[in-house]
Amino acid sequence: MSTMPFAIPRPVHPTGVWSWITTIDHKRIGILYGVTAFILFLTGGIEALLMRAQLAQAELDLISPEIFNQLFTMHGTTMIFLAVMPLSAAFFNFVVPLQIGARDVAFPRLNAFSFWTFLAGALLLKISWITGGAPNAGWFSYAPLTGITANPGHGIDLWVVSLQVLGVASLAAAFNFIVTIVNMRAPGMSLMRMPMFTWMTLLTAILLVLAFPVITVALIELMFDRTFGMNFFNVAAGAQPILWQHLFWVFGHPEVYILILPAMGIVSDVLPAFSKKPLFGYGTMVVAGVVIAFMGWMVWSHHMFTVGLGPVANSVFTFTTMMIAVPTGIKVFNWLGTIWGGSLNFKTPMLFALGFVGMFIMGGISGVMHAVAASDAQQQDTYFIVAHLHYVLFGGSLMGIFAGIYFWYPKMTGKMYNEGLGKVQFWSMLIAQNITFFPMHFTGLDGMPRRIYTYQENMGWEFWSLISTIGSLMLAASMLLFVYNFVNSWRNGEKASGDPWDARTLEWSIPSPPPEYNFAVIPEVTDRDEWWEEKQRRRIGVPVPVSGGSGYEPEEHSIHLPQPSYWPIVVSIGLLIAGYGVVYNGVIYNFVLAAAGVLIGMIGVYAWALEPVNDPDPDDEHSSH
Amino acid sequence: MVNFSRRPKNIVSLTLLTVFAALMFGCNQSHPQSTFEALGPVAQSQLNLFWMIFATGALVFVIVEGLMIYAIIKFRRRSDDEMPHQTHGNNTLEITWTVIPAALLILVSIPTIITIFDNTNSPRTPAEGGLVVDAIGHQWWFEFRYPHPVNPDEEIVFANELHIPTGEPINIRLESVDVIHSFWVPKIGGKVDMVPGNGNDMWLQADSPGYLYAQCAEFCGVAHALMRFRVIAEPREDFDAWLLAQAEPAAESADPLIAAGKQIFQQSGCTGCHATDPSSSGRIGPNLTHVASRSTLAGGVFENRDEFDKVNPSLVQANLREWLEDPLNAKPGNIMGMQAAVYTDTNKALSEPDISALVAYLSSLK
Repeated sequence: MSTMPFAIPRPVHPTGVWSWITTIDHKRIGILYGVTAFILFLTGGIEALLMRAQLAQAELDLISPEIFNQLFTMHGTTMIFLAVMPLSAAFFNFVVPLQIGARDVAFPRLNAFSFWTFLAGALLLKISWITGGAPNAGWFSYAPLTGITANPGHGIDLWVVSLQVLGVASLAAAFNFIVTIVNMRAPGMSLMRMPMFTWMTLLTAILLVLAFPVITVALIELMFDRTFGMNFFNVAAGAQPILWQHLFWVFGHPEVYILILPAMGIVSDVLPAFSKKPLFGYGTMVVAGVVIAFMGWMVWSHHMFTVGLGPVANSVFTFTTMMIAVPTGIKVFNWLGTIWGGSLNFKTPMLFALGFVGMFIMGGISGVMHAVAASDAQQQDTYFIVAHLHYVLFGGSLMGIFAGIYFWYPKMTGKMYNEGLGKVQFWSMLIAQNITFFPMHFTGLDGMPRRIYTYQENMGWEFWSLISTIGSLMLAASMLLFVYNFVNSWRNGEKASGDPWDARTLEWSIPSPPPEYNFAVIPEVTDRDEWWEEKQRRRIGVPVPVSGGSGYEPEEHSIHLPQPSYWPIVVSIGLLIAGYGVVYNGVIYNFVLAAAGVLIGMIGVYAWALEPVNDPDPDDEHSSH
Repeated sequence: MVNFSRRPKNIVSLTLLTVFAALMFGCNQSHPQSTFEALGPVAQSQLNLFWMIFATGALVFVIVEGLMIYAIIKFRRRSDDEMPHQTHGNNTLEITWTVIPAALLILVSIPTIITIFDNTNSPRTPAEGGLVVDAIGHQWWFEFRYPHPVNPDEEIVFANELHIPTGEPINIRLESVDVIHSFWVPKIGGKVDMVPGNGNDMWLQADSPGYLYAQCAEFCGVAHALMRFRVIAEPREDFDAWLLAQAEPAAESADPLIAAGKQIFQQSGCTGCHATDPSSSGRIGPNLTHVASRSTLAGGVFENRDEFDKVNPSLVQANLREWLEDPLNAKPGNIMGMQAAVYTDTNKALSEPDISALVAYLSSLK
């Protein structure tokens, strides 16, 4: 009996575009996430370059203030929600199941849905450039500047809906990875034997699940204010606009850790691999991560030191913010402990991981400087903040992500990247980011507010602003070099072995790229750094059970992988149409477009729910269970 | 790789050099909003804290980055066969680098918290006879209201220029009529936000006379970058004289062009938003009673002072003309350019003679 509700056969496309659209293979979804997010990262970079051009000299007239305000709003939103988060998600997808010895994630179709919904959210945001004005109130969009009176265009509406849709994608992915990590670890892999990247993924996913509902509430309130004339943030009706700031930063500060914890996880796996040493103080690293994730909820008001919360609140948040530097410091010291006494091999991933540590220390220290609420009153909303946040997000998160891209590139593509170009790209990126962002400390302390589209000649900001602009051009060149290396090596690179780095975790025990089923035989885990320990045992001739089993061809019949599905992308398309229809609710008679989107989404959900994960196997009637 | 591994050292020394270069560079140029030139106790306490935390941070930075660079050089791989000792951790070390930073941070937080309270609680509140000024944020200009020196029931309303007496604490009550702005005069103190519907109090003090730059620090819409004001700190007697002068309307003039300008001002709808008597507040636009005596026009967009630091009448006139001819070019998105009938309705547009008369009238408001 067919359980298909509609007469649409299950997709059977082993290759080609349709195979990617209907894929539910976590490795392919990881690659989709990575490539899409990197393209969006480049668009965010172009937005930044346009701003840097306008600020290169005083009183320039290249970009109008309206466009400039849209540029910095889009740059921030893009880099956080469309670049760094999904780039991390690319690694969650590709790497985590391999690190825990699983054949896929817990909910493969939900995983595909997460990706397509992320793309829908990205389109809803980016489409604002061509539908009459991008959002223009900054990435944290303080009320009441986002109210319908101060901001009548549709940019803010698209921002709201896009973040809601992205939130759906993030929540779905977060639940998926929590369940995957908790339930699908190979036998013997206790929590305290998990690779550090998997640990940080788990913490990030928990943070996502707890943080996104807060911004969801705030966004719904803002949407209802704008669309249905409600008064959550309407000062004239007695609302307190500070409510938005609390809601935003209760989400926004954990979000900062959502952006940095995955990078910390990557670095914690890369440093041991290239030092030939285990991670120093594994237990402390786990605890430090948990403490950061917990304390991340107690520091949000340090974004609001100048709002006028009073000396008691400012003192408390000064103290908690300083204390969160302690577990962060532990991580830095343990990374140093990891390389200390090691045999350091300076391949590109290692350079990026070390670069991450170096730059993150810088951003961490300027972060502690901001914790000093009294002197932060001079730095809040200046370029000093811009410098700080780029040291942690660019020097931190992105350096970590680049370490991960180079580290897992052979595993993802089955090819080796060009090592020489990789090193040139590392050095150019390291130098260029310091030329771009370090001078912002000076302009900030010199009184230059952030988010200004122009400044007077006599302010003394021209020299360092020009240096920043020059640095940003160098960064752009470094990114182009990366794209060239990435694309060219994928097409023409040398074939990669299963374990090109002599690394430590299970993903390196299987061929590159991994077969669709990942592990021919599910490994039995007896140690932390299982693959490394197994190699050591083999070296001294101890007979060992094979983990991963590269070289072992499975009996194809014995592995049942979930099959591709059309429905996840259908639901995401429904969300895309519904989101667009809510914003442009007058286009086709009141909310008809939105209703159509909801209908498409519901059809997709219904069909998805009734579609079995696997079609019944004609040879074996029990196999679908 | 040996060569490459030495490179980070160069970067650190380069960075330190850049810091020194910046400081040297800083001395040769005007830096009207520098936070390093504290002219009052609030800014000074913030600067002291900054140096304390900067020194602590710099020390930590040098130690940690130094250790890292040392490790990078010392432990570089010399042969592929070498097998380092497989250390898994060290409890003593790990406890040490938990406790020492925690202790250091607790130490730093003590003077911080003391300063937070000092900088919030005014040493001379209005109840104790301290001067109080209302500062009200508008998109994109600042309104200031002073207590009337003679008549306690009235206020003196002024815009975009804050006059304060030196050597005494000034209490400032912050409000906003539209979106959130932030009040920031870097040389005498850090910023406090102007939140609509939820006023804030702050206090500042300038210890010596000066002409200080200030600007809005919270993004507030299209022309946020052009929302500036100036602070004139002057000895108490100069301040008192200034305030008394502000309490009077500008001297009337018999000049026919000025009279014509006044008529246009009254008939073209200008008075709907702009007051020309010193006590009139609550209007949409800046109070213009003494507009021609201010050091800038349009909230810091145009400079009215010449190279001798005096308000120059010919500059005032030229600026007024430029403003009146195309306010949206000078300050994108402003209410006057967007909504005033003379700019939105071509039938009511100001002619060149109208503008000349208005310039003559407004520049007589000293």
